[in-house]
Amino acid sequence: MKPPPFEYHAPDTLEEVLELLAEHGEEGALLAGGQSLVPAMNFRLAQPTVLIDLNRVAELDYLEEEPDGALRVGAMTRQTTAERSETVRMRAPLLHQTMPYIAHPQIRNRGTIGGSLAHADPSAELPTVMAALDARFRLQSAGGERWVEVADFYEGMFATSREAEELLREVRIPPLEPAMGWDFQEVARRHGDYALVGVAAVVQLDSERRCTRARLTYLSVGDGVVEGLQAAESLLGTECGEQQRREAARLAALADVEPLEDMHASAAYKRRLVEVLTSRALTGAVQTARRRVD
Amino acid sequence: MATRYFGKSIRRNEDPRLLTGRALFVDDVQLPGMLHVAFLRSDFAHGRLRSVDFEDALELPGVVAIYDADSLGDYWQPGPLLVPPPPVQDIVFRARTQVPLARGKVRHQGEPILGVVAESRYVAEDALDLIVVDVEPLTAVASLEGALADDAPLIHEDLDSNLAAHVIQRKGDFEEAAARADLVIERNFLYDRGASATIENRGVVAHWDDRAQHLTLWDTTQAPIPIRNGLAAMLGLSESQVRVIAPFIGGGFGPKIMMFYPEEVLVPWIAMRLDRPVKWIEDRQENFYATTQERGQVHESALAVDREGRILGVKDVFVHDNGAYNPYGLTVPINTQCTLLGPYRVPNYHSEFRSVFTNKTIVTPVRGAGRQHGVFVMERLLDLAARQLGIDRAEIRRRNLLTPDEFPHDHQIIFQDFAPLTYDSGNYEPCLDKALEMIGYRDFLENEQPRLRAEGKHVGIGVVCYVEGTGIGPYEGARVTVEPGGTVSLATGVGTQGQGHFTVFAQIAAEQLGVPVEKVRVVTGDTGVFHWGTGTFASRGAVVAGNACNAAVLEVRRKILKLASKLLEASEEDLELADGTVRVRGVPASAIPLGKLAQEANPLRGAVQPGTEPGLEATAYFGPSSGSTANGVHAMIVEVDPETLLVEIQRYVVVHDCGKVINPLILEGQIEGGVAQGIGNAFYEQLVYDEQAQLLNASFMDYLLPTSTDVPRIESGHLETPSPLNPLGVKGAGEAGAIPVGALFAQAVEDALSGGLEIREIPLSPNRLFQLVSEAEEPE
Repeated sequence: MKPPPFEYHAPDTLEEVLELLAEHGEEGALLAGGQSLVPAMNFRLAQPTVLIDLNRVAELDYLEEEPDGALRVGAMTRQTTAERSETVRMRAPLLHQTMPYIAHPQIRNRGTIGGSLAHADPSAELPTVMAALDARFRLQSAGGERWVEVADFYEGMFATSREAEELLREVRIPPLEPAMGWDFQEVARRHGDYALVGVAAVVQLDSERRCTRARLTYLSVGDGVVEGLQAAESLLGTECGEQQRREAARLAALADVEPLEDMHASAAYKRRLVEVLTSRALTGAVQTARRRVD
Repeated sequence: MATRYFGKSIRRNEDPRLLTGRALFVDDVQLPGMLHVAFLRSDFAHGRLRSVDFEDALELPGVVAIYDADSLGDYWQPGPLLVPPPPVQDIVFRARTQVPLARGKVRHQGEPILGVVAESRYVAEDALDLIVVDVEPLTAVASLEGALADDAPLIHEDLDSNLAAHVIQRKGDFEEAAARADLVIERNFLYDRGASATIENRGVVAHWDDRAQHLTLWDTTQAPIPIRNGLAAMLGLSESQVRVIAPFIGGGFGPKIMMFYPEEVLVPWIAMRLDRPVKWIEDRQENFYATTQERGQVHESALAVDREGRILGVKDVFVHDNGAYNPYGLTVPINTQCTLLGPYRVPNYHSEFRSVFTNKTIVTPVRGAGRQHGVFVMERLLDLAARQLGIDRAEIRRRNLLTPDEFPHDHQIIFQDFAPLTYDSGNYEPCLDKALEMIGYRDFLENEQPRLRAEGKHVGIGVVCYVEGTGIGPYEGARVTVEPGGTVSLATGVGTQGQGHFTVFAQIAAEQLGVPVEKVRVVTGDTGVFHWGTGTFASRGAVVAGNACNAAVLEVRRKILKLASKLLEASEEDLELADGTVRVRGVPASAIPLGKLAQEANPLRGAVQPGTEPGLEATAYFGPSSGSTANGVHAMIVEVDPETLLVEIQRYVVVHDCGKVINPLILEGQIEGGVAQGIGNAFYEQLVYDEQAQLLNASFMDYLLPTSTDVPRIESGHLETPSPLNPLGVKGAGEAGAIPVGALFAQAVEDALSGGLEIREIPLSPNRLFQLVSEAEEPE
């Protein structure tokens, strides 16, 4: 469990990072918190020949609130920082609620928001939550920058549309709408494990308490973020009562997800968990939304 | 009255060193010019080894040597059979032991094929990537059922089948008992276990001093003395030319008593051949393949009872997986066979097992060592009988417990130490009563459970009984010395892996010598200091080494009294040992510090009486005639989420009787650690193999150990029924926590789900529970 030899760079500025990326492209791997990459290297599953360490690049570590209430999160923001941030708690409460589910405190002390998002692990919480929040990702290279939607960023298991010379620099989470409710639920074998199933739910109600927007996103039931499209749609225009929430949960389990069996959970068990957790998450989200309407 | 040390919750002598990172572990040994070894291990579970090509690897800068089976010459020998089969009539036993490096065939995934020696472990692992091994894969034997199939591939081709052993032990006549029984319960059970998953993996460092012609080996072994003796013989050295040090070790649990591991054979040989120090430290991934494990047994069992639930007889026929080789003989299945009887009166017993070779890692004892398999079968059978007869689960147990007047109790079968399975002492019913009282059994069933069920909560209770055969022979020894500075040195041969030996042995000495516990310096596991003994296994440290310490201490005490009597001109009966001195009782001014007495006992000039031994020192040995039997009762309350099938343990009670307790604090730690391991076994840990015997979860990402948040607070109570088999009256406690947890977990979860569900297997997981519940809900 020792990695093969690699070349190591520890730049101090974003500019240097982008230069190194331009130079090394495909051979280069970006080291953020190292909580996935380093074990993968020790197992020799990942064998990058050049490692570009981002840990000295202070300008990538920030949490900023925009005038409209949107939140900008620098890629090298430690997960613990986000977890403890008052700004995150106020502006992105779903993200705040989800943070403790990510592994363990020691891992969150090192792990970064950008690192987890760019790693594209289908059982990671952050991509699912960013999808539910309609976040956008800012990708930058020596040649310029571009913004992509979550759906356009992820291309499958451990695969994204980030080009080899690009850096995921920042995430922008849009402002929290009034009458919006949210919840996150997951089941893991032990606290901090990769979830057997996890779900983020966001609902928005009008003044009549009718659902104008619903979003359900899942982790660990596919090769990336899985959307509960039919379930969400079934709620639109309804009051999201218990019956409707249960129907939606059933729809999610039967129609929206196609979970694959793994050693910890059969497909049938995963479907069961999708149904149970969807129902619980919708209940939580609707309660919050109603409270905010009133 | 002198201060008492025996029986007190004294904090551990070793902890300051451990907690501040100053304790020596094998990987802390750094020697100038040290080389590092990495092993090329088989990817296949079963295959024919055609060729290896390591020429490119030898060219890699930093690579010093690469060895395969052929390079070992005559040194290549299958390992010793550690435990020969017990003297059971008509026994079939066929030993095939592990080899240092695979030759001709590979028989389990992770079996070493080549050893690469390099200037660093990094370079050694880089070299592994450059080696080409040609293995012709053969169909693997991955299951117990498959091992004995007519068309099963032969793992050892010189045998006519994969049968390693067939053993029948009988008492009375089960068939006759079944014929007159009111109820016969017949069921199949599956009990699977996992890896021992010690916090420290294995490791070996060897240093050959060519000028002194002396080999020093640091080894994470539980058996340093047998390792020294065996290695000396293999390497053609005298035993005094080899020193084996088992320093602090991060957990043993059994697999580290296994010998010889291929790495233990190779590393010292390489060090001598290259005349440089050599280190190998097992990484976690290797540990999953290369360190021995316990695994599954499949049981076909029957319990015959009368209508009051009294046991008339038990029949149990099982298949045991011993892995690719069986150097540890039959210890694990024999333990299963014997421990199944538990604390109960079983007049008729038919027990039969087949041990089979499979293409998996070798099975040797892991904490509990097969005992849990037997306890699971018996306890589940009793639960099923209770349900069918409408008898309370605690009551059916009570009716069958052996009573104090039935001891010593001879079960008329042979135990793992080759002696008849005889329980030395016990008082079982008070243990059961105490556990029921502590958990509030009646109140839970009559009030709490109905109330919570009405609220829609699925809560359940369980209670199980078990015995643990502990403290078997052959013997251990100890040497106790009063130093001129007043401290006491105590040396014993058993190695230590966290049990608290530095404290409990010190307490035994302190008790008799009247010195504070921290003034007793204990050395364990260093053959340079003490070289007689066998090792740390079978919950025997306190019983066997503890009584050896006691015997040596008593002899030193005798010497102290004799010399002090002369110097103080007082009779020995009038003397007392206290505060590190010996004095005339009631005359504090007469006190002679023990250190000063030690100096008097070792004069530089003058004459001593003929026959006088110098110093205040004694060596003594203890070997019990047979093991002592500890017992206990565990009870738990669980809540199961019926939607997710997650299980939460709400309360956990242990009542335990291991005879005289030396240190309640340390005992508590032993029990709690065991329960944690048992919980892992019951609900989290599972080695998942595919049909070609490939291990699919060889990392802690997928092999789930219970963490501190998964283990509840454990409430414990103790009873003391001394063992008549040793002067201290102690029994072992090392495995007690782990043994009954699977049976308990199954019972409590079954009770919580309160449907037609019957749990006949361990380990469980939420996923498996979901499957079982779904099957139970399906209409027939």
